[in-house]
Amino acid sequence: MISLTDVTLTFPDGDHRVTAVDHATLTVPAGTVTALTGPSGSGKSSVLAVAAGLIRPDSGLVEVAGVDVTSLDRRAATDFRRTRLGIVFQQANLLPSLTALEQLCVLGTLGGRASRADRTRTRERAAMLLAAVGLADQAGKRPHQLSGGQRQRVNIARALMNEPDALVVDEPTSALDHERGSAIIELILELTATSGAATLLVTHDRSHLDRVDQVLVMEDGRLSAAADALALRS
Amino acid sequence: MFVAWRDMRFATGRFVLIGAVVALITLLVGFLSGLTAGLANQNISAITGLGASSIVLAAPADGEQATFADSAIDADAATTWAAVPGVDGVQELGISQTRMTTDDARTSVALFGISGDAVPGRAAEVPADGTASLSRTAAEALHVSRGDTVSIGGSELAVGSVVDDQWYSHTPVVWTSLSEWRSIQAAQGSPGDGATALAITGNPSADAVTGAEQATGTVSKDVLSSLLAIGSFRSEIGSLLLMVAMLFGISALVIGAFFTVWTMQRAGDVAILKALGATTRRLSLDALGQALVLLVLGVGLGIGITAALGSAAGTALPFVLSPLTTLVPGVIMIALGLIGAAFALRSILSADPLTALGGNR
Repeated sequence: MISLTDVTLTFPDGDHRVTAVDHATLTVPAGTVTALTGPSGSGKSSVLAVAAGLIRPDSGLVEVAGVDVTSLDRRAATDFRRTRLGIVFQQANLLPSLTALEQLCVLGTLGGRASRADRTRTRERAAMLLAAVGLADQAGKRPHQLSGGQRQRVNIARALMNEPDALVVDEPTSALDHERGSAIIELILELTATSGAATLLVTHDRSHLDRVDQVLVMEDGRLSAAADALALRS
Repeated sequence: MFVAWRDMRFATGRFVLIGAVVALITLLVGFLSGLTAGLANQNISAITGLGASSIVLAAPADGEQATFADSAIDADAATTWAAVPGVDGVQELGISQTRMTTDDARTSVALFGISGDAVPGRAAEVPADGTASLSRTAAEALHVSRGDTVSIGGSELAVGSVVDDQWYSHTPVVWTSLSEWRSIQAAQGSPGDGATALAITGNPSADAVTGAEQATGTVSKDVLSSLLAIGSFRSEIGSLLLMVAMLFGISALVIGAFFTVWTMQRAGDVAILKALGATTRRLSLDALGQALVLLVLGVGLGIGITAALGSAAGTALPFVLSPLTTLVPGVIMIALGLIGAAFALRSILSADPLTALGGNR
């Protein structure tokens, strides 16, 4: 589960401060997808950053998988992201020197030297995840050899590499056409259901909102009235 | 070094370029080190090869430094020093720079006249009166070998032996007996009853040394300190060592600059890895490991080329090829390069994982 309770986040802007998140409260149950939508600059990515432990809010409580993220120091927050959280970036953010398989395997090395058995397990899981996202035959390709949609699939597979309790997904379809974007959303929905992770999906593309479990709208840093996806579908 | 190895394979051209720069700087440092050692050797090897514990020179005037060129020590001083408790042996050493000739050749030599039964540190007999032991370079310059005759200032000497090169102030050494040296000095109009310096073996106390210095009007220096009494050595060594030191500094700056730029270019990747959960320690070790591999390969190549060129130089250049002029500078280069690379870690330390998120504000 991802839970934000009365979270406020401000940033310095010259002599004063800008409120990016204004007393936001939300809950994302495990195994569900909550879409956070709203216009550009409304604070959606700031909510993601807070949920991912990348920035500490000015006030409020952030709990992810039962862990109070706001109480973690920098090292603990790093360890938390590596072991309990998956991040799907807006721009795929693949490392240019690594193959698709290595983009996933690198997660097994971030915390320190891994044993041979660990490395074998990592490699097997990476191969399994690439197959799950339909890229088993692209494992040896580097990012410049993959299409935009394929890079985004690698991005998603990487986020699931360490069996996270929560997924934060930052506008995964922004650089894709509608057809590929739809396929990506479908993949996220499917993997959320199978992995049981709580998924917070930031998107400005409303065409996908009818497929998620919960929709929240953000404007000027405030979470306005949530719309139930089930109600939308019915 | 998961990412580091793959970075190097992916950006091979970039790393080959910096590796080549490291190799070239190492070559420069190694060659200069070898040349410095070679030039130093051509100044001092005859003194350092004496096997003495200390060298005694005439005390200089106030405010001046003792020099071999201005030193003159009488026989009484040698007797006084031989009686100092702790002194095991004293050999009088006459040194002069002169010209040696044959019928068809001439060359500059440093004439060393030595007392006693053996040339210290050389396990060779002191040449008998009327004979000389020539350094190989001097013998080749004069086209002479054992049994031939050479002349110094009108005095003829038989070549008793040709020995391995020993040098003094960039001239090859010719060994004679002290009495022969004095005779030659007298024939050339110089006072011929003393010596230039004393080569002392033993370990006398500081008080005993001070007493002997005051009694004889001399100064005692350990062998290394006495080398500064050779004018050409003193004037050269500071400049050469400064050049070597500056090259070390330049190498650290160049390597540090490369890794700073390289790390800055990777700042985005570093932020992504941090966002994914990479610790700063892991990223720093990755970067330093990459620098170490590059440095070892580049320095190794540079040392290899230095050794090859040094071997090929033969006697054409005063070049010393030894671990001191190759491995030691190589290790220093690697250490300084790592220090330079460590400065580049600031980019890693300061990379904000928040920037990995697009539109995070």
